[in-house]
Amino acid sequence: MTDRALVVVRAGALTTVQDEGRPGHAQLGVPRSGALDAPTAALANRLVGNPPGAAVLETTVNGCTLRPRSTVTVAVAGAPCPVTVDGRPAAWGAAVRVPAGALLDVGTVVCGVRGYVAVSGGVAVEPVLGSRSTDLLSGLGPPPLTDGTVLPLGTPGAVPARVDVAPQPAPPAELVLRVSLGPRDDWFTREALDTFTSRTYRVSPASNRIGLRTEGPALERARPGELPSEGMVLGAVQVPPDGRPVVFLADHPTTGGYPVIAVVSTRDLPIAAQAASGTPVRFVAVRRH
Amino acid sequence: MRALPVGDDALLVEVTSGEEAQALHADLLRRRAEGTLSVREIVPAARTVLLDGLTDRSRLAAELTATEALAAPPRAREVVEIPVRYDGPDLADVAAHWGVTEREAARIHAGTEFSVAFCGFAPGFGYLTGLPRRYDVPRRATPRTSVPAGSVALAGPYTGVYPRSSPGGWQLIGRTDTVLWDQARVPAALLSPGTRVRFVPVSGS
Repeated sequence: MTDRALVVVRAGALTTVQDEGRPGHAQLGVPRSGALDAPTAALANRLVGNPPGAAVLETTVNGCTLRPRSTVTVAVAGAPCPVTVDGRPAAWGAAVRVPAGALLDVGTVVCGVRGYVAVSGGVAVEPVLGSRSTDLLSGLGPPPLTDGTVLPLGTPGAVPARVDVAPQPAPPAELVLRVSLGPRDDWFTREALDTFTSRTYRVSPASNRIGLRTEGPALERARPGELPSEGMVLGAVQVPPDGRPVVFLADHPTTGGYPVIAVVSTRDLPIAAQAASGTPVRFVAVRRH
Repeated sequence: MRALPVGDDALLVEVTSGEEAQALHADLLRRRAEGTLSVREIVPAARTVLLDGLTDRSRLAAELTATEALAAPPRAREVVEIPVRYDGPDLADVAAHWGVTEREAARIHAGTEFSVAFCGFAPGFGYLTGLPRRYDVPRRATPRTSVPAGSVALAGPYTGVYPRSSPGGWQLIGRTDTVLWDQARVPAALLSPGTRVRFVPVSGS
């Protein structure tokens, strides 16, 4: 009997298990969670022959080191980085065979932030509310990986991994986020709305899976006070009292009381997950369709 | 009611009271159960209901803005009882705010039937309403860095029970051993919007 498991030798700065998340429970205060760069997680799965919803590892900047106990196929995608198997260079963005007991190292990113490591069979930790995702806001799902964690793996599908190298978008030199204004744009001055949609912000190092925080000109409110708590969507641009916009990502709270000036198009959120701190950010208002 | 578009496919429906928000939420759940509303999330809150992942936003927005006042939703039959030791560190402050003794404050709270207006803050945390507005209390001036799980607390018009230990600025009036959130249980959340709740005083140990 083969031991289908993955030993985490080096967990890296922040490595979590992620799948497509657990949408549909927001009314209970449960965030959706899931891979921040979802199309890339799905791509990595496809490269190893997994269904798109299989659980993968999401790494942050400095990768991780893994030792599978049985021979597996892996694919590393997302932020470009060196990949080695037992010290020998291996392909990034393609299926790689890792023999039982060999050491897979996912190195520090060349650019971008988050890497996705898919393993044939998928990471098979116990699901919570239908998802294996780690939710850093509410603590649902498996905790972030630590050195020595052993992760169970699922049974690989009958479909063998397709050997191809997939093109991937490069991490952004400048992040352009298309937004539709509202629902609370009327809580801001006209000048603030102009500033928001014309000036350049930068990605703050305080960004995380909950929100992409920004540094830049503060947005002035046209009315004081707080809103009674209201439901929040993925991509909501909330403006806390310091006036700097925060873009809500997958682990965002389900309700909040700071006004939402605009909402980022969900098409632009995967690339936002790859914007390193200091990256210039522009919010471009688009008309609602 | 006012329906504000949010992002690509969400709608924030704004009403004028918590009761109206609960009635709207119940009506939207009914429509979804009937199959006449296709939506991923329905999130009630203090004065709004958010509909996220709508397939036909503009039609629903038009329908809702034309809607007259909704009847109050039928009340849930079951009442969840939560045993509480009324010995919280802020009970004296709350009693002083209400102008009553601590014993009387506990009696008022335990004599009230609550319902879950909405959830948020943490999985399983419900915002319970039921106390008359004259019993609103402010949040603590300085939030605590750690509030123990099971703390029964007040803020504004709401009562809540902390499902797990977390920072918090609510006034702590008591403590329960009831498990608010258990992911091994189905359903994981003891409280969901619309649940009726009574707090039953028990003597401290």
